[in-house]
Amino acid sequence: MADVSLRAIKKSFGKVEILHGISLDVMDGEFVVFVGPSGCGKSTALRIIAGLEEITSGELYIGGKLVNQIPPAERGIAMVFQSYALYPHMTVYKNMAFGLKFAKTDKDAADKRVRQAAEILQLTPYLDRKPRDLSGGQRQRVAIGRAIVREPAVFLFDEPLSNLDAALRINTRIEIAKLHRQLNATTIYVTHDQVEAMTLASKIVVMNQGRVEQVGAPLELYHHPQNQFVAGFIGSPKMNFVKATVTAADASGLTVDFGEAKPMSIPFGGTTAKTGDSVTLGIRPEHLGEGAGHAMVLTGTVEAVEHLGEASYVHVRRDDGVILTARSPGDSRAEIGAKAAVSTDIAHLHLFDAQGQAFARHSKADAA
Amino acid sequence: MPMVNRRVNVNRIAVHAALIFYTLIATFPIALVLINSMKSRSAIFGDPVALPTPSTFDLIGYQQVLEKADFVLYFGNSIVVTTVSLLLVLIAGAMAAWALGEYRFKGNTLVALYMAIGIMVPIRLGTVSILKMIVGMGLINTLTALILVYTAMGLPLAILILGEFMAQIPRDLREAARCDGVSEYRIFTAVILPLIRPAVATVAVFTMVPIWNDLWFPLILASGDGKQTITLGAQQFIGQYVTNWNAVLAALSLAIAPILILYVVFSRHLVRGLTMGAVK
Repeated sequence: MADVSLRAIKKSFGKVEILHGISLDVMDGEFVVFVGPSGCGKSTALRIIAGLEEITSGELYIGGKLVNQIPPAERGIAMVFQSYALYPHMTVYKNMAFGLKFAKTDKDAADKRVRQAAEILQLTPYLDRKPRDLSGGQRQRVAIGRAIVREPAVFLFDEPLSNLDAALRINTRIEIAKLHRQLNATTIYVTHDQVEAMTLASKIVVMNQGRVEQVGAPLELYHHPQNQFVAGFIGSPKMNFVKATVTAADASGLTVDFGEAKPMSIPFGGTTAKTGDSVTLGIRPEHLGEGAGHAMVLTGTVEAVEHLGEASYVHVRRDDGVILTARSPGDSRAEIGAKAAVSTDIAHLHLFDAQGQAFARHSKADAA
Repeated sequence: MPMVNRRVNVNRIAVHAALIFYTLIATFPIALVLINSMKSRSAIFGDPVALPTPSTFDLIGYQQVLEKADFVLYFGNSIVVTTVSLLLVLIAGAMAAWALGEYRFKGNTLVALYMAIGIMVPIRLGTVSILKMIVGMGLINTLTALILVYTAMGLPLAILILGEFMAQIPRDLREAARCDGVSEYRIFTAVILPLIRPAVATVAVFTMVPIWNDLWFPLILASGDGKQTITLGAQQFIGQYVTNWNAVLAALSLAIAPILILYVVFSRHLVRGLTMGAVK
């Protein structure tokens, strides 16, 4: 049981700074997911917490103790690697018991822990097998088992599902969530997959280029992204962005010209935006429908239609070349090359300034 | 399909033909030694490539070799020198390869480079200095002198090969062990060494064969006092005027045996070692 605190952590490899000062608090028992595109520094951050990477500057506390100089084994952590990192020459049982041998755990207690973990992970029939005789999912479970038996205060997962096929990924995701409920240990999980982040996390940390963009609960990030990066990263398919210019601004709202017939008033009152500013409208595909049924209408040519069964994604190219993705019913009859209109309710709009920072939305939908 | 099959077959025959041809060339001298070691002296000169027939079959060479008591001693010397050098090369080589590859310390690159020079410069170029050094240490005519020289000779290549194999072991594996609280020594002995077994076998063969077969250093550093190795021992049958070919060939045939046995022991791993990394 432990909380983890990062205080202005910086990391440089040679002259290149990878992390530009990360500060973050992870509460005891929380499931925190670091998410971001590859190269954003999320894995480096995790490796720093594990103690596999030295801290260039800043402070790291685990359970209230400064651990900057403490080796991984004494930090009370256990890590699950993307590649599983199982010892290929040892049986499943030995893989799980190997670390305990050096933690001065007595033999019977170690044996009990390994068998218990094997039971939880349904690995009991495979204890005598070597990793090469196991499937990917089973190997991943052994890797998790090896972490469990150490009874760590903090679990660290480094993209643990990336090497599994899609169906197995969903199963293992559910198992990991279940396991976290059972063990209730602090967990830090790194992934580039925003679906994993949304489904597992109690708190998501969105990272980009060595910085934390936003920290929050999954739905908070979905509904109130603080900037354009988070807005684009959370949600699938990606949020649509439409360039617009402010033509009038007052306390009740903004009027924006977004390249259609006439400018429109949107409920972003009392912001810093002035007449003439460039802004970006954000519309999630699930809030954008085929036809002109909603207040804000955008037009273009149908470029592609993806039929998924329960829904269809219609890709519409506007005259300025921007492609919008709209979610339509599964039986959408949109034809490629045809003129089409898509529309959204202005209550679902997001608005970002020229620097990509979000404006707070003031509308009835929020109050509800 | 038949066309494809025929193409594959032609390819296969060509490859096998080439390999068989090479095998014949490579084994011919060895076969010649073995065949002639079992023939009478006149038959050796009469028709060197003929197989022994009942009339020419003669084990006189073996008899002469085995009757000489010191031959067993030479054999023993060779075995001691080869195994001790081999062990030292493997142990020190593996540890050095691990340290050079895994840990960043001052002079790391310099030490690695220094070791690489050992591969590029033949050790025999330094014979005079080595001889002076051995004399200075008072180790002349001892097996220790040979062991030291052979260890130095084998180390650079051992470090290179083992280092390459260790680099192929995923970083995650060592880090997982570190997270598990395994000490650096145990990571080396319990995780790394078992995983590079094929490489160790490869290095063992590459190290062992030249040591066993070497004539140069035994001749210079330990040529008397019953410290001769088998290759040197076989030379005693070669005289300035008369050479006892039966004995020479028998001695050489016998000398092949131990190295052959060791090769068979290591070879299963060797093949894996040579191809590992080439294909995943």
